[in-house]
Order: sequence, then structure tokens, then C-alpha cells
Amino acid sequence: MAKILGGIATSHIPAIGMAMDKQLEQTPYWKAFFESYPPIREWLNAQAPDIAIIFYNDHGLEFFHDKKPTFAIGAAPEYHNADEGWGIQPIPPVTGETELSWHIINELIAAEFDITVCQEMRVDHGLTVPLTLMWPGHQYGHVKVIPIAINCERHPMPTPARCFKLGQAVGAAVHSYTGSEKVIIMGTGGLSHQLDGERAGFINKPFDLYCMDKIVHEPEALTRLSIHDLVREAGAQGVELNMWLAMRGALEGGVLTELHRSYHLPISNTGAGVQLLAMNEG
Amino acid sequence: MNTSYEDIPGTIMFDGQMATLGYPLNKMCYSFNDAEARNAFFADEEAYCQLFGLSDAQKKAIKDRDVLELLRQGGSIYYLAKFAGILGLNVQDVGALQTGMSVDEFKAMLVKAGE
Repeated sequence: MAKILGGIATSHIPAIGMAMDKQLEQTPYWKAFFESYPPIREWLNAQAPDIAIIFYNDHGLEFFHDKKPTFAIGAAPEYHNADEGWGIQPIPPVTGETELSWHIINELIAAEFDITVCQEMRVDHGLTVPLTLMWPGHQYGHVKVIPIAINCERHPMPTPARCFKLGQAVGAAVHSYTGSEKVIIMGTGGLSHQLDGERAGFINKPFDLYCMDKIVHEPEALTRLSIHDLVREAGAQGVELNMWLAMRGALEGGVLTELHRSYHLPISNTGAGVQLLAMNEG
Repeated sequence: MNTSYEDIPGTIMFDGQMATLGYPLNKMCYSFNDAEARNAFFADEEAYCQLFGLSDAQKKAIKDRDVLELLRQGGSIYYLAKFAGILGLNVQDVGALQTGMSVDEFKAMLVKAGE
């Protein structure tokens, strides 16, 4: 049976990718932020996951409003990044895989998650920035990625509870897979931020810290929230907490140990968080 | 139209009605993923807006670089960010435009949120 090593939640702010492009990691603005990642990289290198399942949201690279899935999963041998229009450098192709992907798809549909299946899919900064943060210098080619996109842009959006359940179903699918792969789960985005309207610049540090507390051992405090609650407490784009909750849902059924947590603000317009939860499946 | 949160001022809910209103505008901004499209826009902004069938109000808001009006006309911030990006504006610049602050004031507000 495949093994889930743990979960990582991290913000995916485009400015992080641009800072890495320009090698600004050691500048005063960025130093403390980037210093929170080496402990996670060391853990990843020691654990050597074969597969990373990444919950993220597409920001208008692959999906436009003509056909925008609420949930979508990739089943492709490779994924490409591309020009997003405003200057972040595309990264080299991301390795995919199809066996566990199809197993997850079969199990999800059987569990009544009627997810959109993509045999070709461009992945945007929501996936590529976290991937680059975990394996800098484009050294991510050995990790097979399974992207799962969640709509965080156009209402109606899936509820936090539903995203958590999606994660649970993905976790159960990994556990029922007969391969011996080691898997990590990632949830990207957040934390609080709002880019649009007169309320632009809204950040809620106490709420972000509350989320990082609760997600470890009391995620039901967060899955009780509505999308409306998230917009109010975390800003219009703070609904990206949904990817953190999907990640956390996939970690059900084991004993969790929080190995790392950092929070910095502002990074661009956002409260930036990163958290590593190791899982002992017993 | 039920496109605002009464208890969350300064926020337009980008729902189905707004997505319908904003479809041509967002479709145009989605095209800016492509460098050739960006060049075509700058070569003749009005003709490019016409190509996507923007309403007069949307065309005017594009011409005026009026982010709040673009939101009211159904713009999604994901796609308006691409428009802002090709104008050389980052999200702090866009935040300042929307809140009526200078960019420095806007950045100071962000920093204050961490204190």
C-alpha cells in the first residue's frame, strides 16, 4: 500500500516566484520568509517522496470561465507551465504520472466526487511556486506530481467542508493503492488576502494564526466555516484556505506531528504561511 | 443583482451574474497570457476591445484604467491582474488605485496588519 508521509501547506504568492527569478532571497524584504523553507526541504530530502499530490487553484492559465471545473485532477505524464501574462518566468516541465492518478480518479468517482479529469493540463503559479520553494533550482524532476485544482475564483465555490472531504477521499484512495510509493500531500494558497475592491489590502493576522492552530488537531473548527465566512475573515482570496483543508483531509487516519510552522506578513498583499505536518500511519 | 456582501463592504462577489456581465472583458484579459495578444492590444486598444465585444462601459473603463469600474463591470481580479500586469502594475499598485491611497501608504497599511 502506498504511504502518506505527511502534508505541507504553503502560500503560493506570485511575487515569491518573481523573487526567486531575480535571486532576491537574501534581501531584507525576503530573507525571513525564505529562511522558513530549508527545514521543510531537509525533511523532504530525508523522506524522499516519490509522488506529490498538490491541491492548488488555477488563476486563469488552464481554465477560463468557458469551462471552469469546481474540482479537476490531472492524469498526464507531464505538465507544462506557461506565460501567465504579467511576468513570472515559466518553469521547466513538471513530471506527472498516470497510475496513481487514475486510481484516485476511479476511487473519487466511486465515492461520488465527480471530478473533471485532465489528460493535458497547464499548471500555473499556484502549483509551480510551491514546487520551486520545496525543490529550488528546478530540482523537482524526480518527484511525480498529481495536480488537483479547486475553483477559488468564481462563486459558487465548494465549501470548506466539501474540500476537506475531497481530501479525505484522496487520502483513502492513496491508502487503497497497491503500489509502494511514498506520497506527500500539498495544499497551496492563502492565507488572508484580498486583491480586489476598496477592501484591497485586507489581511487578518489573528485569523491566519487561528487557522494554523486549528488545522493541526481541530480542522472541524475550520470546516464549519462557509465561503462567506472566509471572505469576511480572510479576504476575497482568503478562500484559498480550501486547499489547506483538502490537504489536511488527506491526512486523516494517522497520528500527526507538526514539524514546522512559519508566518510572515506582508508578502506582497498577503499573510504568508507555511506548515509541515508529518504523518505516522501506525 | 445580489453581487455584494452586505456585511463585507468594498467587496463585489464575483458570482454567476457578474461572470455573465464580465465575460467579454475577462475573455479579453485571459488572452493576455499570450505575448502576441498583448502586442495586438497595445497596437490598437479600441479595436482589440471591439474584437472581444466589450460593452461601452467596459471599453471606457479599460481606456480609463479604472480598476474599480472594471470590477463593477464584471471583471474578475484574476484576469484584471493580467491587464494590470501588462501595464506594469503590481498588486500593490492596483491596491493603491482601488483604495485611493498612494502606493507607499498602501504598503504601510499592509505592514501595519502585521503589528
